[in-house]
Amino acid sequence: MVDLFIENLWVIIALPLLGAVALHFVGRFLPEPIAGVVATGAIGTAFLFALVAAVPMFIGGEEAHAQIITIWDWMPSVGAAFELRWDPLAALMTLIITGVGSLIHIYSIGYMHGDERFSRFFTYLNLFAASMLTLVLANNFAMMFVGWELVGLCSFLLISFWYTRPSAAAAGKKAFIVNRIGDFAFLIGLMALFSAFGTLSFSTILESPGEVLTAGAAMTICLMFLIGAAGKSAQIPLYIWLPDAMEGPTPVSALIHAATMVTAGVYLVARTASLYALAPDASTIVATVGAVTALWAATIAIGQNDIKKVLAYSTVSQLGYMFLAVGSTAYVAGVFHLMTHAFFKALLFLGAGSVIHGMADEQDMRKMGGLRKKMPRTHATMLIGTIAIAGIPPFAGFWSKDEILASTFANGGWFFVLWIMGLVTAMLTAFYMTRMLLMTFYGESKWAEGIDPHESPVTMVGPLVALAGLSIVGGLINTPFAPVLEHFLEPSLEGIEMAHVSDNLVLVVLAVLSILAAVVGMGLAWLIYLKSQKVRTAFERGTRRPFLAWENAYWIDNLYGNLLVLPGKALAMAAARFDLSFVDGIVNGVGVITSRASTKLRPLQTGFVRNYGVGLAAGAVAVAIWLLASGI
Amino acid sequence: MFDIGAAHYMTLAAILFVMGAGGVMLRRNALIMFMSIELMLNAVNLTFVAAGREIGNSVGQMSVLFVLVVAAAEVVVGLAIIVAVFHNRQTANVDELSEMKG
Repeated sequence: MVDLFIENLWVIIALPLLGAVALHFVGRFLPEPIAGVVATGAIGTAFLFALVAAVPMFIGGEEAHAQIITIWDWMPSVGAAFELRWDPLAALMTLIITGVGSLIHIYSIGYMHGDERFSRFFTYLNLFAASMLTLVLANNFAMMFVGWELVGLCSFLLISFWYTRPSAAAAGKKAFIVNRIGDFAFLIGLMALFSAFGTLSFSTILESPGEVLTAGAAMTICLMFLIGAAGKSAQIPLYIWLPDAMEGPTPVSALIHAATMVTAGVYLVARTASLYALAPDASTIVATVGAVTALWAATIAIGQNDIKKVLAYSTVSQLGYMFLAVGSTAYVAGVFHLMTHAFFKALLFLGAGSVIHGMADEQDMRKMGGLRKKMPRTHATMLIGTIAIAGIPPFAGFWSKDEILASTFANGGWFFVLWIMGLVTAMLTAFYMTRMLLMTFYGESKWAEGIDPHESPVTMVGPLVALAGLSIVGGLINTPFAPVLEHFLEPSLEGIEMAHVSDNLVLVVLAVLSILAAVVGMGLAWLIYLKSQKVRTAFERGTRRPFLAWENAYWIDNLYGNLLVLPGKALAMAAARFDLSFVDGIVNGVGVITSRASTKLRPLQTGFVRNYGVGLAAGAVAVAIWLLASGI
Repeated sequence: MFDIGAAHYMTLAAILFVMGAGGVMLRRNALIMFMSIELMLNAVNLTFVAAGREIGNSVGQMSVLFVLVVAAAEVVVGLAIIVAVFHNRQTANVDELSEMKG
């Protein structure tokens, strides 16, 4: 019975794809909620399908090992068959994508109410789900790359969904172009892999890459993959597109730019763990990039006043955590955090969307405040999300974050520095999230005249409640006492050495430290933004300069603009001038010469037949003379 | 009397050819020009036959047949054109037909 589901695994991809195709053609004839219900049905069914197909993995044992389902041989010579890989890692990703995706689909029915392109939105959402599932279910890099590019396309389409806004159109382009840089590096890595193995199939490459790859080749490939992953997962130096991506509708931010697509980079590193095992230095670089990004983005998040921007930088920061984890060879911790983050960050984004919805599209937190009474359910769920991300036990965020920090600590050496960065980030995370919560829901109301905040409809609050539930209990699947997820993922990570803390005392001390960081962060924010206006004034005066830097995100966009965009534009202008003057000059020159020459030669054509006769005769005589003169 | 040899035929052919060429270049009536062209063709035929006989094979005669066939086809087309022009313009003077001046 279950085997039947696994054999027909392609249905998981086909369902949302079918939904997208159907909505594309008939969507605009459907009344508003129907299009959303169709899309939700498609992805919801895919979720249930995946749940049944994953049963053997829940049971464990021999059955849980990777099963390869070949659908058709696409390019057999390069090992790029249309093959699906069904193993615990793929199953977990599939369940997150379809599960969280379903909730966000439901939420979107309420959120996108009244939008004139309502059905088109769901077309894109379903297309995204199909693409992302292709990415995680692929059994070779070629197919994975197809999914990788398709999610980028969907991201572009959804960021610039309200394309009449110039800022949204620009943000879409920015995301696409920055991603392209990463994709280029990813592609180079794939070519290097192919030239070494002669195939792109996971089954061959990931089995025992050490027999084929030299350490140097593994290093090159892993670094190229890191750049690719940094592009997709918004790590330094390619993170700049993610904050701008908040121009898209809020459910898009929640689904694509928090819960699923941006985790593709983490998935890539976890999937290619056996390659990274050959290049420990590459892993260290991954961890360093992650830790620096986490700290860097967390500081920026403190200075943001746009509620979605806070969450965007928070996402960059949390993705940094995941990179820190997979770079510290704590793959389970990384994937664990990926999962819990999907829960609480989707919750926070959807909560923010609910607030924005209730505030008539106001996003500036300085014009909110005191919303607790007006939106009690949104407030309650957001509170849960904030506590979860801040890392207070027993909420989801604590368990995964603590595991990452412990694993980093366990590696020792340079990783000790990264651990400290992670710990500081944990404190900052608690601080800025509490700041956001307090500025939005507590204190005096500061909303503008004529705005009447109201609680959102049940289609929006329902998913919030579900995600809040997951944010509370989601962490319990992998506690140090009962590492269920670790056992679950074991078949996917066989033979990979992973960082571990074995000493229980150390584990407890680390956990206490991480809780302390969270409590200090939350307490400080509470003191400054709620308790005492005096402290707040003093704080703001004392941190005026750094705040300016944080508010402007360290002026990185300006830096990139001056350093890369301006020279790029200058080069393009020069090329255009060269094209206009030189290349076009040659083409036009040929035309001008021909035209002038023909003007000069035209009078030869007199129109008198007898002249032509004379010409012929003269020619014949000339030929005759020439023949005679040359002595024939 | 003297023997008539190839040289005599060639000379006659040359005279005919020059007469034809002169006609084409000097006369304005399309019909006369056309007849001059026929004259030139026949001058060439004469050369062929004479040369063939002198060399002693039949290639000369054969070539004449080819020329005759081509000439016949040419006459058909050419006369048709002249008739058509005359119908339209009531003249066969080629100097009045100079619309194709460049």
